[in-house]
Amino acid sequence: MARASVTRLTGRPLLSRRQDGLALRRAMPDRLLPALVAAMTFLAALALAGAVGASLLAQRWNNGAAAIMTIQVPDADAPAATGAGKRGDAVLAVLSHDPAFAAAIPVDRARLAALLAPWLGGAGGSGTGAPALSLPGVIQARLRPGVDPPADLAARLESAAPGTLAERNQPWTARLVALTRSLQACAALALLVVTGVAVAVVAAATRAGLAARRHSIEIVHGLGAGDGYIAGRFARRTTVLALSGGIIGTILSVPLLLLLCRLGAPFASGAALPPTLPDGDLAAYLSDALARVPLPLWIALPLLPPVSASIGWLTAQFTVRAWLRRLP
Amino acid sequence: MIRLDEIALRYPGRDPNRGAVLQRISADIPSGGFRWVLGASGAGKSSLLRLLSLSLKPTSGQLEVLGVSVNRARRAALARLRRRTGTVFQDLRLLGELSVFDNVALRLRLDGLPEDRIELEVTEMLRFVGLGRKLDVRPHSLSGGEQQRVAVARAVVHRPPLLLADEPTGALDEKQAIRLISLFEELNQMGSTVLVATHNEALVRRFGHPALVLERGRLVSHG
Repeated sequence: MARASVTRLTGRPLLSRRQDGLALRRAMPDRLLPALVAAMTFLAALALAGAVGASLLAQRWNNGAAAIMTIQVPDADAPAATGAGKRGDAVLAVLSHDPAFAAAIPVDRARLAALLAPWLGGAGGSGTGAPALSLPGVIQARLRPGVDPPADLAARLESAAPGTLAERNQPWTARLVALTRSLQACAALALLVVTGVAVAVVAAATRAGLAARRHSIEIVHGLGAGDGYIAGRFARRTTVLALSGGIIGTILSVPLLLLLCRLGAPFASGAALPPTLPDGDLAAYLSDALARVPLPLWIALPLLPPVSASIGWLTAQFTVRAWLRRLP
Repeated sequence: MIRLDEIALRYPGRDPNRGAVLQRISADIPSGGFRWVLGASGAGKSSLLRLLSLSLKPTSGQLEVLGVSVNRARRAALARLRRRTGTVFQDLRLLGELSVFDNVALRLRLDGLPEDRIELEVTEMLRFVGLGRKLDVRPHSLSGGEQQRVAVARAVVHRPPLLLADEPTGALDEKQAIRLISLFEELNQMGSTVLVATHNEALVRRFGHPALVLERGRLVSHG
């Protein structure tokens, strides 16, 4: 029978009548569950940002600060023991010719004095013209990735300039990395808790829906609807609600994440913190903030709504199928 | 074929001193048979039909419906069996949120029929039971007799191999009741097995057919 003739027979369009009798729109209203899922997604986004930030920090410290050695050369401007050039130059030559190091750069005197000024005041020589304390020459040497300093380095430096101290930053960066790892673990735990709460919220909403529609479910079940049919109807409804909540929560989290990423940029990349809202140029500010969001976070954020929806679908399926077991 | 072998039923929580609802019922009903289910109120007619419609599980005994052993069947198989059964429940069990049309159409939608065929079948069936002008009406705005006809239409619209009807004529006048049982007979002649529980002795006399007679949960006459 042609569709047109069927429509003519009843006088109404065909698609207006697709009903499953469960009336889940009324049993599971579209406000409370999305709002709760949105809150969970918001918290998950923050936890995720924390995890990504801690990971980047650990990576930076591991690859950056831990690979740097600080070499102090007392009386760096005095003649070297070997007789050629200054003591500082002799140490720099040892480091520059050692294949374990990628670079060795003397720290500028003025910068050193500025760095020490908060502790030494004018004694560092920045304000008085003549230094009151004799500051050692400082050289920053960067080890090649994965390479440890040579075992005889101290002896060679001592021979080039007696009294030279070589200090590797690795021990304290290791502690900082351990700290960031524990922050990552906390973030992962927070994600786990948020997921658990989301599951509990969806399960409670589904059970409320089941209780509200118990009579209809029993009728539809009695007519031959399988567990999959009924669970599928509930899962479809919770998926839609959880997805909308996930989208709302993710969108709401973006401004806060942009702010956090911007504030955390100096720690993560070493870049200086840009000025706050420059002369009302909001576009430039936003553009700067967006550029500072780490790539892993850009990848993870769009996944939050589908993950919320999946949690909704799975939880509803499991809850409804378990509930249906009480029916014959 | 329906086979009941030493079937007993006791509702959960029921006072054991008051005995079982159904006791040691054994009977074979061949495919294509028509049986009245008779007995006084409380004799167990509705319980027997609820067992056969798989709304209840027997407390003991073996039950076979349309060749499927209910005791051993998986849930999916029981759902398929329910879809092959048309049931007119005593309390009708219409879905108040759905229109008359959708209440009947739901039965076919569960079978996955295309919507255009559902339109045809449901409209035709509702016209047959005299509700052709009330397709979009909600059941609660219908009279008791009209609601009963909706329940009947839903039970027979898919021409089930097994039709169970619990007091299907209770709210109908004599003319409508005769028309309804005639419809059941038509289905029966097309191969459906039909069991009808009723108090209406006039109908039983008029249409004949063998009867299962229950008394206090026991089958006292079969055939």
